[in-house]
Amino acid sequence: MGSETNGKVQEGFEIPEINIKFTQLFIDGHFVDALSGKTFETRDPRTGEVVARVAEGDKADVDLAVKAARKAFDHSPWPRMSGYERGRIMMKFADLIDQHIEELAILDTINAGKLFKIGKLIDIPGASQLLRYYAGAADKIHGETLKLSRELQGYTLKEPIGVVGHIIPWNYPTTMFFFKVSPALAAGCTMVVKPAEQSPLSALYYAHLAKEAGIPDGVLNIVTGFGPTAGSAVASHMDIDKVSFTGSTEVGRLVMEAAAKSNLKSVSLELGGKSPLIIFDDADVDMAVNLAQFAIFTNKGEICVAGSRVYVQEGIYDQFVRKAAETAKNWTVGDPFNPNIHQGPQVDKAQFEKVLKYIEIGKQEGATLLTGGKACGDKGYYVEPTIFTDVKDDMRIVQEEIFGPVMSLMKFKTIEEAIEKANNTKYGLAAGIVTNDLNTTNRVSRSIRAGVIWVNCYFAFDTDCPFGGFKMSGFGKDMGLDALDKYLHSKSVVTPIYNSPWL
Amino acid sequence: MAENGNGSVKEGFKIPEIKYTKLFINGEFVDAASGKLFETRDPRTGDVIANVAEADKVDVDLAVKAAREAFDHGPWPRMSGYERGRILYKYADLIEQHIEELAAIDGIDAGKLFEFGKAVDIPGAVRMLRYYASAADKIHGETLKLTGQHQGYTLKEPIGVVGVIIPWNFPSMMFFLKVSPALAAGCTVVVKPAEQTPLSALFYAKLAKEAGIPDGALNVVNGFGPTAGAALTSHMDVDNISFTGSPEIGRVIMQSAATSNLKTVSLELGGKSPFIIFDDANLDMAVGLASAAVFFNKGEICVAGSRVYVQEGIYDEFVKRVIEVAKGWVVGDPFDPKVNMGPQVDKVQYERVLKYIEYGKRDGATLLTGGKPCGDKGYYIEPTIFADVKEDMKIAKDEIFGPVMSLIKFKTIEEAIERANCTKYGLAAGILTNDINIANRVSRSVRAGTVWINCYFVFDADAPFGGYKMSGFGRDQGMNAIEKYLQVKSVITPIYNSPWL
Repeated sequence: MGSETNGKVQEGFEIPEINIKFTQLFIDGHFVDALSGKTFETRDPRTGEVVARVAEGDKADVDLAVKAARKAFDHSPWPRMSGYERGRIMMKFADLIDQHIEELAILDTINAGKLFKIGKLIDIPGASQLLRYYAGAADKIHGETLKLSRELQGYTLKEPIGVVGHIIPWNYPTTMFFFKVSPALAAGCTMVVKPAEQSPLSALYYAHLAKEAGIPDGVLNIVTGFGPTAGSAVASHMDIDKVSFTGSTEVGRLVMEAAAKSNLKSVSLELGGKSPLIIFDDADVDMAVNLAQFAIFTNKGEICVAGSRVYVQEGIYDQFVRKAAETAKNWTVGDPFNPNIHQGPQVDKAQFEKVLKYIEIGKQEGATLLTGGKACGDKGYYVEPTIFTDVKDDMRIVQEEIFGPVMSLMKFKTIEEAIEKANNTKYGLAAGIVTNDLNTTNRVSRSIRAGVIWVNCYFAFDTDCPFGGFKMSGFGKDMGLDALDKYLHSKSVVTPIYNSPWL
Repeated sequence: MAENGNGSVKEGFKIPEIKYTKLFINGEFVDAASGKLFETRDPRTGDVIANVAEADKVDVDLAVKAAREAFDHGPWPRMSGYERGRILYKYADLIEQHIEELAAIDGIDAGKLFEFGKAVDIPGAVRMLRYYASAADKIHGETLKLTGQHQGYTLKEPIGVVGVIIPWNFPSMMFFLKVSPALAAGCTVVVKPAEQTPLSALFYAKLAKEAGIPDGALNVVNGFGPTAGAALTSHMDVDNISFTGSPEIGRVIMQSAATSNLKTVSLELGGKSPFIIFDDANLDMAVGLASAAVFFNKGEICVAGSRVYVQEGIYDEFVKRVIEVAKGWVVGDPFDPKVNMGPQVDKVQYERVLKYIEYGKRDGATLLTGGKPCGDKGYYIEPTIFADVKEDMKIAKDEIFGPVMSLIKFKTIEEAIERANCTKYGLAAGILTNDINIANRVSRSVRAGTVWINCYFVFDADAPFGGYKMSGFGRDQGMNAIEKYLQVKSVITPIYNSPWL
């Protein structure tokens, strides 16, 4: 197990029994091997060791899955049920998840290094809550009757778009699964999910629970495998109507290109970010320091909305830097099964090395290392919480998404400067503002070009709050009723009317 | 036990144990302050089923006080919509576990068909509750597009303490039609059920508590309109009244709201809904649907298609067949699964229907079938059809609220539209045709809140329902219904240096 950075003695804790039940592809309601028979390793980032071999899907398997999803969409009960009936089954699915919280949290911990306690308390229950939200939206999907300028009657029908491909990342395997799958199911679509190769296990368990809940065969299919093979097959499939993707900007481009070159399927992308957290002079410094720490070190910095650029107004800057260095010492790194740990390992070797590389780049570029900066432990992929100061806007550590526990701390003078610096990025996913001044809040929230603005809070996600990026952080929303629109298309139906008493 | 129109004998059914007969205030079952009780009778026999606590102004005051406290200080409005929804879901599950008992109670209290209650009424109420449970976390205001340098948004806030006055014809469905969206919105509620049917409401109160609805959020005060009802509608601390019932009482309620504190009012009143059958209609379907439209629930339904307009091309054949169908409707004990129609709800309604049948005869309409009571006990009436009815006859103008169909012949589409609209009411209408242009024209021309094309009584949790004209205003069902229990607050702040407006 990884050791800690600050020398505190690690308390004893239990690692639960690890039982991996589902490692095959889930197609048309059954767990099956890949047609090629190939399997791939999935590793535990706490140790780097292999925990399971999982079926490796490729184009042929994706074809089978899409075929099953197409058959289910065109002929099975799922789209033909009322929204209410779909909702009842989805509620059952949510209840089943609640009955298996611990087992599911274990899978995400050993796959993605996620904190076990947070998984049990927040991640998994959050997923069942999201599923319930959309279950209850399924019978409230409305089109409109229109106000046409001639003797015509018209209305829009919101129809399920068809077969959806979901390509999801490894940082929140459970949350991401339900971000995509819940609204698509509620809308009456069928789907093929390609989970990240780093974190295939919980998705397969969810497929099992879906079947148990009564979701008909073929409606939800899971093809585990790699991006260039399985993922690419999904993005370029001629019989998938829509692909929804969360992941890196680089791969997002590839997905969009593949969609364009194949059948012009619609695309939604939730990509990276380099989100600014702007702290004004009137902020409570302790609150601000804790928030800033929370905003970048949570989930080991492997979160698209990480507040990786922290701008502190000059009046409180020195005090902030001092306290930030202190506070970071209390942020413990270690085995994610340990309930007292704040930060588990980076998800895999590639990410681990990437983060360390960026730390080196930061040093080379001349930023000052305030705290951290090193790997910890001799096993697994643990990195110390790291803070750089004296960072300049054009440095790579400030422009590029690191996806690790590395904070860039910068000073600003005026509100105009803060806005300009905050917007000086190709990304636009989120932003945080810490101030109690009403006018500052209103002005800055409207001025920053990002999809979600958190005022005096961070990571304030909610099932009813639409979430998605501006600029190169992507397009399309997850959560909220808006998310349903991704999985619906609008059909206008127009008929002449004669002798209507009104128009 | 009553016999039905065609002479077969029906067996009786064991009366369920009546567990809850007191008022439900602030989470407790309590006697009326006066100690008074009133009788509730079984319309199959006229016998008393139970003595129920009779609330008066003092009790209503206590209930409103509890609801006010629960709204101003209790957890209910302060919970997230999601949390309210979870509790309402639990409530729905609990009701499902007691379907048979509840259907039996409505059977002996209101003469409602037991099998139908188990298969449709109570599950329908559960469905309604689930619809609003999952709407609670989706109540949205808007950010606005102001013309000045201002930021604005609307907040949809729960209106406060809601008074609900419900009728006796669908005791369970009416309860949840009103209570579900009000609770989902975060309001607290005082319900005054009809004095004819107080029993299932009290059971629902008990289940609400079991589900976790906090004390004071839902209160039930049984009693009579002029006492308990009036106390609620004129109460200075009730923010909204939601009423379903007769137009006469609707007027009284609206006046009462006006003279007290100008509380908002929604009224779902009576109807005299036209059912228009065109020449191209499938005759058997038309006959079946038209019969159901007026005989269902013994005609005690606000949207009953009590005026049936049949185009002349199929009129004679229609008349022949509809008489047969009406004769085939079995009237008897509502617990008998073979029965189609139970007794009218009480003596008053029973005598009223018989009186209207006499008016029909007196005014010169032709009695085709029925027209008499059946059995020597209880309040059973034969399915009745009048032909040669004119719009100025009492039986065509007034809502009878009984199994009495008025059959009218028409020639042209214009005539049908004009005659269909020749009523002070505007609750529903039915159209039977496969012609797209007729369907579109007539549906837009009939002034009614719900138009059913090639169907009737199709209620749905997501379909707004309510009247035009003197059938009332405000909608039940659908997301629209929640609006009755919300107020819109606009919040405006100046903004400086916004990069866009």
